[in-house]
Amino acid sequence: MTKRDPHLLLQAAPFLRRGITTPGLMMDVLLGLAPLVLAAIYFFGLSAVLVLLTCTIGAVATEWALSPARPRGSSIKDGSAILTGIILGLCLPPAIPLWMAFLGGVAAIGLGKLMFGGLGQNLFNPALVGRAFLQAAFPTAITTWSQQGTITEFWGLRLSSWYVPFTHWVPDWLRILLEGVFGPQVDVISSATPLAFIKFGGEAAPFNNLLLGNTAGSLGETCALLIIICGIILAFRRTFDWRIPVSILLTVAAASGIVWLFNHDSPSPLYMLLSGGLLFGAVYMATDPVTSPIAPRGAWIFGIGVGLIVVLIRLWGGLPEGVMYAILLMNAATPLIDRIAQPRAFGRTITGEVSA
Amino acid sequence: MSNHKPADPSQYYAEFVKGIWKENPVFVQVLGMCPMLAVTNSAMNGLAMGCATTFVLVCSSLLVSSLRTFIPKQVRITTYIIIIATFVTMADYILKAAVPDIHKELGAFIQLIVVNCLILGRQEAFASRNTPVRAVCDAAGMAIGFTFALLCLGATREILGSGSIFGFSLFGPNYEPWVIMILPPGGFLMLGMILLFFNWLQQRKLRRRRIAGRGVTT
Amino acid sequence: MTEVELTISSQRAEPSPFRLIATLGVAGMISGLALSSVYQITDPIIRANNQRELEEAVLEVVPGAAGMQEVVLTNAEATKTIYAAYDGDDLFLGYAIEGSTNEGFAGQIRLIYGYDPSIKRVVGMKVLESLETPGLGDKIKKEKNPAFAAQFENLAIEPTIVVVKDGKDQDNEIDAITGATISSNAVVDAINTENKSWLQYLPATPPAREERDLTNEEDREAASGEGDDAATDGGGE
Repeated sequence: MTKRDPHLLLQAAPFLRRGITTPGLMMDVLLGLAPLVLAAIYFFGLSAVLVLLTCTIGAVATEWALSPARPRGSSIKDGSAILTGIILGLCLPPAIPLWMAFLGGVAAIGLGKLMFGGLGQNLFNPALVGRAFLQAAFPTAITTWSQQGTITEFWGLRLSSWYVPFTHWVPDWLRILLEGVFGPQVDVISSATPLAFIKFGGEAAPFNNLLLGNTAGSLGETCALLIIICGIILAFRRTFDWRIPVSILLTVAAASGIVWLFNHDSPSPLYMLLSGGLLFGAVYMATDPVTSPIAPRGAWIFGIGVGLIVVLIRLWGGLPEGVMYAILLMNAATPLIDRIAQPRAFGRTITGEVSA
Repeated sequence: MSNHKPADPSQYYAEFVKGIWKENPVFVQVLGMCPMLAVTNSAMNGLAMGCATTFVLVCSSLLVSSLRTFIPKQVRITTYIIIIATFVTMADYILKAAVPDIHKELGAFIQLIVVNCLILGRQEAFASRNTPVRAVCDAAGMAIGFTFALLCLGATREILGSGSIFGFSLFGPNYEPWVIMILPPGGFLMLGMILLFFNWLQQRKLRRRRIAGRGVTT
Repeated sequence: MTEVELTISSQRAEPSPFRLIATLGVAGMISGLALSSVYQITDPIIRANNQRELEEAVLEVVPGAAGMQEVVLTNAEATKTIYAAYDGDDLFLGYAIEGSTNEGFAGQIRLIYGYDPSIKRVVGMKVLESLETPGLGDKIKKEKNPAFAAQFENLAIEPTIVVVKDGKDQDNEIDAITGATISSNAVVDAINTENKSWLQYLPATPPAREERDLTNEEDREAASGEGDDAATDGGGE
């Protein structure tokens, strides 16, 4: 075309644009995560900082080393590796050895994202792939929950963080060095999560503690109130599809409510909603735009699926917590959901039937 | 026909070597994945499985190739299966008597050698069309290639998953084992990694050759 | 050249059905012969292996035991073979009882435990077969985690054995393995179930050691052969 026709604009889809870019979206989620990171640091002290940093370094380093994007490292700029690292860190226990946290970051990006072809191609939520890898590889370390310290014990590092890579052991000189720098090290006092009580008996956590976060658990999942507030803000900013968390939470409440009506020994719906990683998973992990359905109807199906699997695993499965596996399983089903929930582009018959 | 060519030792050698590396049943042909993934959680198990498979493959290749003129082609697969199943059952009894501990670990996977597509595949593709000596060379090469692959996978999984090799501890009592590696998902992960490594080697070789070729022409 | 022609002609002409059947028949027959002879050779070794394994397990769960013999218990519905263990002087030490459960984290757990009727205590436990998760559930095995199995070396069974999570302080309590409560429960359940169904049928006085000269090889084999027959009979009824 030599002469341009001002009335005919040749352009490829999409035609309607919003001013969102990938880095912008990632920044939004990062800001939404910031309060949780601060809460984690408040509750778990320097350990939280170290775990989050190590995960992020592991994730970013893997992105740098293995991503096919050229020039090397250019794909770091979209911020998704940083986000993956931080989300992974937030769903790990505070006393996890740092070398495992690093390995989790590597597995998250390497196995969860780059193996499928990078951002946008991955079938599973990368952070959860990293978490699942760690869970399968080091089941003891990842289910050793430590009690929270108070803010005065901020420097009280957990000794297990410093395990020499590939071992569960700290050499004496390192212990002495650490005690010289940070003061006495805290040994991990293992403590049951609120959900372990369903499965193995013990004491249920008080409602207030669940809401305010004063329980044992992963770094980012303890403070229910904060997650709810951040989630609502992010939902209003349209950072994610509100239908997914809402449908997950409604399904869990309804399903566990029905069970609870028949059997008062099982935990109440409210306890189910506030304990464990459910809120964190529903708000920050199930809503990953790459691995969740696009269409609204698909989002509902996805959420209901996650909710049902969570209740199944928590009440009748062998594990105390099932949010991770629930989301991963529904991630795998997402392409199918997308296919059946695809809205018709054109046409309905007068009777309302969808035309072929 | 091949059985009337004069015997050439280098030819036998070629039949033998190809299975070990160039046409490795696991790394190149991706055959026999079921035992490959199922029993390789330790180097010893991999080696035992490899030996059992070697016994079955070499014996049945010899028999199939010797009998190839007597077996009518309509019933050849059935006959091959009878022959293979006989040797598998023998291997099963012998392992059970000689090394009960390993037999317990391998469990049903010894009997499942009968459905290993590598074995029937070699009968149909090679043993039934070649002289016994060539068939045995081919079978031995393929079986050693298969055993090598099982041993590679078994050793890497045992080193990571238990911190030991053939039961000998490598890193002392402080080693934190990667439990995933002795579970089924570890088998898939590690096999993927090993295939990745071998493909990378292959590609690098091709690339070097191409560069070298270009060097000659210019 | 004749061989080549033969092959070609035999492949051209459709072979008669008789030939097909004959080929398979001969193959099957030879296979059967070969297998039965291998079976003849290996079967006694396999039986001896099984017997030795069982004996080792029995001697392990009843401390101080040097020999064993079978005792068949009968109740209203079934029979069960248990093993009486004796020390070097043929003095009765206790029984070894096999148990199993499907309540494990990953499928069936089979175990054998020693029981001393004179003190009414469990005196040892060995897991024979389990698929529990390596690193967590498989700590029920003595070779992976001696501490758990050691708790069964002097364990009261009245009223039942109980799994606790916060440190045992009673004689009939077992500390669960951290992170593997389900596997720990399964082991204890298996023992409780066997205790409930069989302890009341134990003979009032322990069976005397039967006189058997086990020094020469033939008698030993005969004894183990009988033992196997008894075991299969018990299972079949």
